[in-house]
Amino acid sequence: MENIIFNPAAETLSRDEIHEIQSRELRDVTRRVYDNVPFYRKKMDALGVKPEDIKTAEDIKYLPFTEKSDLRDNYPFGLFAAPQEQIVRVHASSGTTGKPTVAGYTQYDLDMWAELMARSLSCAGVNKKSIVHVAYGYGLFTGGLGAHYGAERIGATVIPVSGGNTQRQLMLLKDFGATALACTPSYAMNLADAMEREGMDMSQLKLEAGVFGAEPWSEHMREQLETRLHIKAFDVYGLTEMMGPGVAMDCVERCGLHVWEDHFLPEIIDEDLQPLPRNTEGELVITTLTKQGMPLLRYRTHDLSSLDDRPCACGRTHVRMRRVKARTDDMLIIRGVNVFPSQIEHSLLKIPGIAPQYQIVVDRKGSLDTVEVQVELDRTLIGDTVRDLEALNKRIVGQLASDVLISCQVKLCQPGSLPRSEGKAKRVIDNRK
Amino acid sequence: MYVKQISVFIENSPGKLADFTRLLGDNGIDLVSLSIADTTNFGILRGIVADYEKAVQIIESAGYTVCLTDVLAVTVPDKPGGLADILLLLSENEIAIEYLYSFVRNKGSNALIVFRVADIDKAQDILRAHHVNFLSQEEICNV
Repeated sequence: MENIIFNPAAETLSRDEIHEIQSRELRDVTRRVYDNVPFYRKKMDALGVKPEDIKTAEDIKYLPFTEKSDLRDNYPFGLFAAPQEQIVRVHASSGTTGKPTVAGYTQYDLDMWAELMARSLSCAGVNKKSIVHVAYGYGLFTGGLGAHYGAERIGATVIPVSGGNTQRQLMLLKDFGATALACTPSYAMNLADAMEREGMDMSQLKLEAGVFGAEPWSEHMREQLETRLHIKAFDVYGLTEMMGPGVAMDCVERCGLHVWEDHFLPEIIDEDLQPLPRNTEGELVITTLTKQGMPLLRYRTHDLSSLDDRPCACGRTHVRMRRVKARTDDMLIIRGVNVFPSQIEHSLLKIPGIAPQYQIVVDRKGSLDTVEVQVELDRTLIGDTVRDLEALNKRIVGQLASDVLISCQVKLCQPGSLPRSEGKAKRVIDNRK
Repeated sequence: MYVKQISVFIENSPGKLADFTRLLGDNGIDLVSLSIADTTNFGILRGIVADYEKAVQIIESAGYTVCLTDVLAVTVPDKPGGLADILLLLSENEIAIEYLYSFVRNKGSNALIVFRVADIDKAQDILRAHHVNFLSQEEICNV
């Protein structure tokens, strides 16, 4: 695999130069959010911090954190720092309750995103001659359009297939001769399953690289994808709140994901929110340095990682974050969709006949994540025919599909039958690991 | 003359039914009739007891999901075609049957049929007009 550096000037800056850029951009973003976002002005005033107190990147420790709940409280556009006439696009992902997490982009932001996604795809060897099959969903989800514009920025040929219709995906992969595949790792596994079922000969494909993200995946899964699809599989990291995919990216060296530090300032903190030194595991916190539409200070990702800025053999100088394997909160990522147990609870409360006692069992059958939501019934039976209960089951499935955006199986249970520890039900059983 | 039937949600897993019948036994509740509709994941136990109010209270406080349902209970001659005559009456009058089950308490006597229909008043009127014999809660429990 060729090691292509898309923007050598930016990607091979010295550590001192990176520090200088980060210090300058941090002063700038602090000033911008203080002046334009009442939420940040209030938070900084409460902490007694003024924009002029921020002089170097180290001063980030004086700035307030941002939580996912802050986005919900300021739903939908309350954290935007640019006037609406400058916002040219909005993306969204699931929030912790019924409302989605929203991000707004100016033209500058979209250009920056395309650049960073171009750098990321280049790490996987994508170049002008590549044909990039984008099977991430297109729409409010950032995956599809993020990969799309990055590949276009490189000058590659983009096949914007979006998700679903696996048979058609296989046909197009073969007929169009895609050299790179961008999708969630679980969907890539699904494609591999389908190819094997069809008895497809992998030599009919020209795939060389896979750029997989939007959900955590293990080294084991990486090995499987590489063997089954005859590719090199790369991990791309991102989140809607920051931008989307392309915040950080694997390189051929596989020693962590380079965080594009001229645009993002990552930190690792401990449980008491204190900054941790390099190479120590903790929660990843990211500040967007250059974003105009919705800059966020010290956003708590709840992803567990560590940072390493020792030189990387690929030549890039940007700090590497260790691949994310776990989270500090109870968020689940199911087929690329963020799911909080609280969302499920919220949704179940709308349905009469059931108690808000539930358990979510996530499994991986073959290669696709499956979800079973076990729900306890209320004390009063809503109807005594099988049809009545099947209708209730269907209603729960429908409500969860529309509120939480997951398709799941529902199992009705007797009151009190779900296991409880210390009086609280254990909400999630994740058998995928 | 409706009969009150208790309907209880029982998970379809080993021991659940035993637990439930033990609960009734321990509280001296006699199931006069019993039927279970089952699916892969759950069953609905339907039964008739003498003191249904007390039964519901006990079942509910033991943590089960329960409801009372109005059903009709009739006697049918225990011979071939006995049930068919009654079902024909209902279908001719477009009354849908949600479910039914039968039980015989003494050999050679009439069969007892319990059924739930969509329009219980209409069903009762039609069957009564055709001299079908209804049983009350008390009669069933003393058969």
